[in-house]
Amino acid sequence: MMPELHLPWLELMILTPLLGAIVVSFLKDKEFAHKICLAVCGLTFVFATGEWMDFGTLHTFEAHDHWDVIEFVFHKDIFIVDELSAPLIPLAALLYLMTVLSTLRTKVARFSFGWTLFAEAILLATLCCREPWAVIAFLVLATIPPWIELRSRKRSTRIYVSHMGLFVVLLVAGQALLNAGAVGTTTATIAGAMLTIAALLRSGIVPLHCWMTDLFEKATFGTALLFVTPMTGAYAVMRLVLPIAPDWALQSIAIVSLFTSVYAAGMALVQVEARRFFCYLFLSHSSLVLVGLELVTPIGLTGALCVWLSVGLSLAGFALTLRCIESRIGQVSLNTFHGLYEHTPTLATLFLLTGLASIGFPGTIGFIGIELLVEGAVGVFPLIGIAVVVAAALNGIAILNAYFRVFTGTTRTSSISLRVRFSERIAVLILTVLIIGGGLFPQPGVSSRYHAAMALISKRDVDSDQRQKDDKQLTQDHSEKTTTHD
Amino acid sequence: MTSELLFNILGITIVASPAALLAVFSLASLAGRPLGERSMARFTETAVVLGLLSSLVILGMMLVLDRRHVPIEIGNWVVIPDQHFHFHLKLVFDRLSVPFVVLTFILCGTVGAFTSRYLHREPGYGRFFVLYALFLLGMVISSLAGTIETLFLGWELVGLSSALLVAFFHERQNPVRNGQRVWSVYRIADAAFLIAALALHHLTGAGDFEGLMGTGPWPDGHATISQSHALFVGLLLLVAAAGKSALVPFSGWLPRAMEGPTPSSAVFYGALSVHLGAFLLLRVSPILEQSLTLRIAVITLGLVSAIFGTLTARVQTDIKSALAFASLTQVGIIVAEIGFGLRYIALIHIVGHACLRTLQLLRAPSLLHDYHTLENAIGSHLPQGTSTWDRLVPVRTRAWLYRFSMERGYLDVILDEYIVRPFVAVFRWSDSMERRWTAWLSGSDEKGSDEVPPNTSSVEDLV
Repeated sequence: MMPELHLPWLELMILTPLLGAIVVSFLKDKEFAHKICLAVCGLTFVFATGEWMDFGTLHTFEAHDHWDVIEFVFHKDIFIVDELSAPLIPLAALLYLMTVLSTLRTKVARFSFGWTLFAEAILLATLCCREPWAVIAFLVLATIPPWIELRSRKRSTRIYVSHMGLFVVLLVAGQALLNAGAVGTTTATIAGAMLTIAALLRSGIVPLHCWMTDLFEKATFGTALLFVTPMTGAYAVMRLVLPIAPDWALQSIAIVSLFTSVYAAGMALVQVEARRFFCYLFLSHSSLVLVGLELVTPIGLTGALCVWLSVGLSLAGFALTLRCIESRIGQVSLNTFHGLYEHTPTLATLFLLTGLASIGFPGTIGFIGIELLVEGAVGVFPLIGIAVVVAAALNGIAILNAYFRVFTGTTRTSSISLRVRFSERIAVLILTVLIIGGGLFPQPGVSSRYHAAMALISKRDVDSDQRQKDDKQLTQDHSEKTTTHD
Repeated sequence: MTSELLFNILGITIVASPAALLAVFSLASLAGRPLGERSMARFTETAVVLGLLSSLVILGMMLVLDRRHVPIEIGNWVVIPDQHFHFHLKLVFDRLSVPFVVLTFILCGTVGAFTSRYLHREPGYGRFFVLYALFLLGMVISSLAGTIETLFLGWELVGLSSALLVAFFHERQNPVRNGQRVWSVYRIADAAFLIAALALHHLTGAGDFEGLMGTGPWPDGHATISQSHALFVGLLLLVAAAGKSALVPFSGWLPRAMEGPTPSSAVFYGALSVHLGAFLLLRVSPILEQSLTLRIAVITLGLVSAIFGTLTARVQTDIKSALAFASLTQVGIIVAEIGFGLRYIALIHIVGHACLRTLQLLRAPSLLHDYHTLENAIGSHLPQGTSTWDRLVPVRTRAWLYRFSMERGYLDVILDEYIVRPFVAVFRWSDSMERRWTAWLSGSDEKGSDEVPPNTSSVEDLV
């Protein structure tokens, strides 16, 4: 019997943005829609945090809702929270809340609040899901809102559609094949490879990453960052690939991810436009998370789970800062100096803080995670693992370069005030507290992630043994049947 | 109260005072209520005096109680017992760390007092003191670090504050570019340090300096790792030290660092920051003893840097750059001394040199004025005599040496041409290929970033 949460947190936090999306889509007044959206995101964040805290009190690996309506109707536990997803859910809700909170009036007209709330509901549902087909269904659904936005902005959707189309086909075909083939057969290997490629495509692993830069350039910044920063590709790896892939396959993928990380860090250094720069910076970091996940060692996996949270938080904050700057001065070129420090010192500080947190600077939330990740990578690949350090060093150079370009180098005169607004200041303070607080007191977070990592590794071992037993039994039954028939 | 408890209280106070200073300054700025000049100066004075007095009391207690090694366990910051992973925070007071931390507080205190007047009513007054507090904290942590992880933590704080201070006058492009260059070199040094720390962890199973360097207080420790391992780890640490102390081939950042305000140049790049690499080599000196090749490498690098520094210092046209290269000369000699195993001499050399250089750099802004007064008084330029070298060295060689020194040994050019430019060219080519690929896939060239013209500025912008 699976333990129950004390309230139906999961259903509440999925239903709230879903209902909010319906309400907001009927509102004509954009300003009012923004306020409603903000309230809905706030409420969803409260439910998500409630789930996290409630789950923490249960001291269990997994749990489902109290008064689970879905289970009552379908007789199946669809929405489950476990140690992997428990902190990812409030993080996802926080990202949406921060994005909506820091959306200025200048952006209200072109940012779709209805589709944003819909995307939030889908994302939270994905993170609450472990059932492979349900995860696939939600991952497929999540690709729709950005496509609709690209269409409504009359931008070319060919790159997005071709990549996401391939992603959907690989996911569905891979899972279907996996269900049809036994472990160890060629069919199962092909199915595993298809699911892996799908997950890597969604994560933007080189050479399947071009859709990401394209999305950042053609969609609104808010939509693009909300589509990529929750790292659902990594989640797909954990739910769909990790349980079935052998160690050698995972470690081979880790090397590809490591290459992507260094490549993207190098690409971030030569970018001349802020969105594209952010995209490569994010790609480099998300690839580092994948490296750790695919090492499947306790230290490597713990590091990856820590970096997942720290990078999710810090780079989302970094992107929001860039978005705030974009809403003030338009497209941000990194070719020239903008000298915004004197106008917005708070944003400058947040830009630097979030950027440094993402590379694991001491005293920030990313420090211990990166240390663990480097230790894990070097433990498995003594020489190649050093690439993690190289990627972090290149990212550090790129971040300070961007900081200098955006905030210094000239004296900027402006006829209007560019100072930070109240809502933005709130977002800045929340992010700062989380980044510094997580950096100064890392033990609770690391302990929780280590526990999750160990549980995931042992579950993977148990599942693997069980699958092998089932297949052996199946083969035995089949041969007995054949003998009887003869 | 037992002496151990007193040691603990004083040790924690030394680290806590700059940490509290940083917290107060940062929180006030973040809350949108920055402190006034007078309050900032008072807070700084209190923190420095408190830290200095605590370190002096510890020094006195060590002398009275005849203790050469006082470890202070702060505990594990992070621990995963099953995997033997721990981030151990530990302070060590010994014959190396105590002089260094006292020196840090004295020089930072002097510069803090000088700056409160020097930057009076400057727009960046508050920003300077936030970075100053970050630097002080980094230096104190580095000086007292009892584990290699703790040293790395302080090392990174020093790096960030130094780079941002070089770019202090950030409304101009040159300081910003120089800050970026300093940061880039530091990142390379940090990467080498991190890899060395990991390698040491794997070789010895501990990050504690006692575990790494064997038993015995500094400087009597004996490393337990093999010769080949010592060479590998030692070379990485030498790269880290070379980056931080501006040794050849990373010397190019030192004169650029003088772009910052004079007080920061004085205390950071002339006195403390520039010696941090030498401090690292002193701290891990038992490793150097394990490998003759490594010691030869250290001595060679030190001597080459010293010769390069003395040649280049003679042709500089501004006083801060001349002092920067004069610093490099001394740091090079200090590194060579460490290579020869003269640890106490190196430590005394660091202390003496740091004090002298701080005084010279703080004096630099008014020196020019005094020179003009002197020249006006005698009615001509000050006489310049010829040296013995002028008579011994042929004119062509002197001309070549002059050009070589003027171009600062072509070190920056070599790094730019042979490392940065190929690196940047590869990624720019990849970027253009990716753009062509996405343009072909989407059937159009409509991209926001295409409206931004390609970067045509020098590669220096990226270093």
